[in-house]
Amino acid sequence: MTSTEARAQGSRLELTLHRPGDELALIPYTMAGYPDRSRSIEHGRAYARAGAAAIEVGVPYSDPLADGPVVQRAGQAALEVGTTLADSISIAAAIAEEGAPVVLMTYVNPILSHGAQRFATDAARAGIAGVIIPDLPAEESEPLADPLRAAGLDTIFLVAPTSPDARIRNIVQQSSGFVYCVTLAGVTGPRAELDPGLEGLLLRLLAATTLPVAAGFGIATPVHLRRLRGKADAAVVASALLARIHAGEEPLTLAEELLQACR
Amino acid sequence: MPTQTGRFGPYGGQYVPETLMAALAELESAWVEAWSDAAFQLELRAQQHAFIGRPTPLYSADRLSEEFGGARLHLKREDLCHTGAHKLNNALGQVMLARRMGKARIIAETGAGQHGVAAATACARFGLECVVFMGREDMRRQSVNVRRMRLLGAEVREVTLGTGTLKDATSEAIRDWVANVASTHYVIGSAVGPHPYPELVRELQRVIGDEARDQYLAAEGRLPDIVIACVGGGSNAIGMFTAFVGDQDVRLVGVEAAGRGVETGLHAASLTGGRPGVLHGSYSYVLQTEDGQVKPTHSISAGLDYPGVGPEHAFLRDLERVEYTAVTDAEAVAAFKLCTRLEGIIPALEPSHALARARGFAEELGPSGRILICLSGRGDKDLDSVEEFDDQH
Repeated sequence: MTSTEARAQGSRLELTLHRPGDELALIPYTMAGYPDRSRSIEHGRAYARAGAAAIEVGVPYSDPLADGPVVQRAGQAALEVGTTLADSISIAAAIAEEGAPVVLMTYVNPILSHGAQRFATDAARAGIAGVIIPDLPAEESEPLADPLRAAGLDTIFLVAPTSPDARIRNIVQQSSGFVYCVTLAGVTGPRAELDPGLEGLLLRLLAATTLPVAAGFGIATPVHLRRLRGKADAAVVASALLARIHAGEEPLTLAEELLQACR
Repeated sequence: MPTQTGRFGPYGGQYVPETLMAALAELESAWVEAWSDAAFQLELRAQQHAFIGRPTPLYSADRLSEEFGGARLHLKREDLCHTGAHKLNNALGQVMLARRMGKARIIAETGAGQHGVAAATACARFGLECVVFMGREDMRRQSVNVRRMRLLGAEVREVTLGTGTLKDATSEAIRDWVANVASTHYVIGSAVGPHPYPELVRELQRVIGDEARDQYLAAEGRLPDIVIACVGGGSNAIGMFTAFVGDQDVRLVGVEAAGRGVETGLHAASLTGGRPGVLHGSYSYVLQTEDGQVKPTHSISAGLDYPGVGPEHAFLRDLERVEYTAVTDAEAVAAFKLCTRLEGIIPALEPSHALARARGFAEELGPSGRILICLSGRGDKDLDSVEEFDDQH
């Protein structure tokens, strides 16, 4: 199924992330199994109840190449308590019961190990709306993306500041639900400022697609979100929330502040 | 998996964050252009000669041959390369390529420290900034190489997350590259990683086998029966095997690290004990859990202590063109000592695995057999590891 067909059927993610006016859709992140199974579910559900447009559920992985120290540590902790891909899918299912669409973020090897077809079936059955695979560039995607599309899941690919326009055109063609705009050349993790090149990148991306565009990596504060309003459709916040959990604090407080800045 | 450019059968590919895709395309085109440029080739050959000390000799290991029952053993002396291992063949070539690409900063990962030293050496030679990522555990076992790198002007960054070994150092180097991709070239140390690295590293290392094949023919008037090399990521092995792959009568043998025994789970033998998966940007054999998490590895040899292997080796394994086997820590240490005593050559623990396996083949072939072994590096760096092993056994 192409992204055009997905649109014709009305992808839930696509419908949810297109917001009226300059309102920004927030996609908070919870790492499956961090700090433990029940709290990773609670956090995801609480974000959804507070008004998050969608929830991103991270699958812990031993060698997360696109992630900075905060996500790495959370993933390592989730693996130490034995969290598997199957656990992550069931955690995502429990969060999806709250109503907001759930996207699963996983590196490619756990999917290959699980079997692409079986993964697609399990994820769709769990009510997951879409899948983000940060180490799967569009060129390598066919054998994995085809079963996902056939199971009715959105395939969300990433655009980076280093992506030339020709690559961007191909990436948005392969994407459905939304396109993930990596805001900076670097790994995930809170930054003090948004990258100065971000606005230009978002303009290039918005010119290439009618899909919603979600900005992610480095976004940590209400100030960042206010700056993104009117320039992106959605924003993903991960490390800033995980850092609160790591510090023993309740992440919902920050999530609520972030949601206020979106509206 | 798809078959397209950058694949060895189903293996290889480019499984990296999108941020790196443009850099890999830039690297590939710069590489193709440089490799076909006669001026680059001439400069590389001049540097290989004057700086690395190539060609390295082919050495007839007569006393070891006698000890193993008479089959004739020859060693390709990569231990005599400047900095003490074959690693400089690759690092020097890549640093020359980086200069041509206008990159001022070099990053590298290292396990045993030999690749880190080679990268730091090439950077000192050409005046480039160099940052080497090294796991905490490896910095402890290879402290001499840490000091060498610092003396050469490189910054050594300790990697503490994960298992603190080569796998984690490689992940951290890739993350640094993602963040500094415009200014930086990543000099990967083995025939692993996303396309075009496995091919690029093979081409820079194939000088080992190209020389050895010519030298062997000149000395013996025929080809060896068996060629043996150790395999971690597999750069010395692919460099050695490439020249012989077309010689169907020559058996090629890759020796992995069985650590305390493949059956114990404490090993680093990806081809012997792993299954296909993605690690560090390419699809190949990976030591992984049932759930697709990369496993911690064990080998006394830091240079073999890696859960993946180059994708071309995976393909050669499936084609059954190369036999892959594994040798334990204890067998490697015994061969390390034997070679030192009988030949006056202290081999690195990595090629000690190849030496250990040669005994079995020598017995199998008998006195008329001829075996060529890639002695990929020297063992001065390993004295502490061997003493520690002896204390524990």
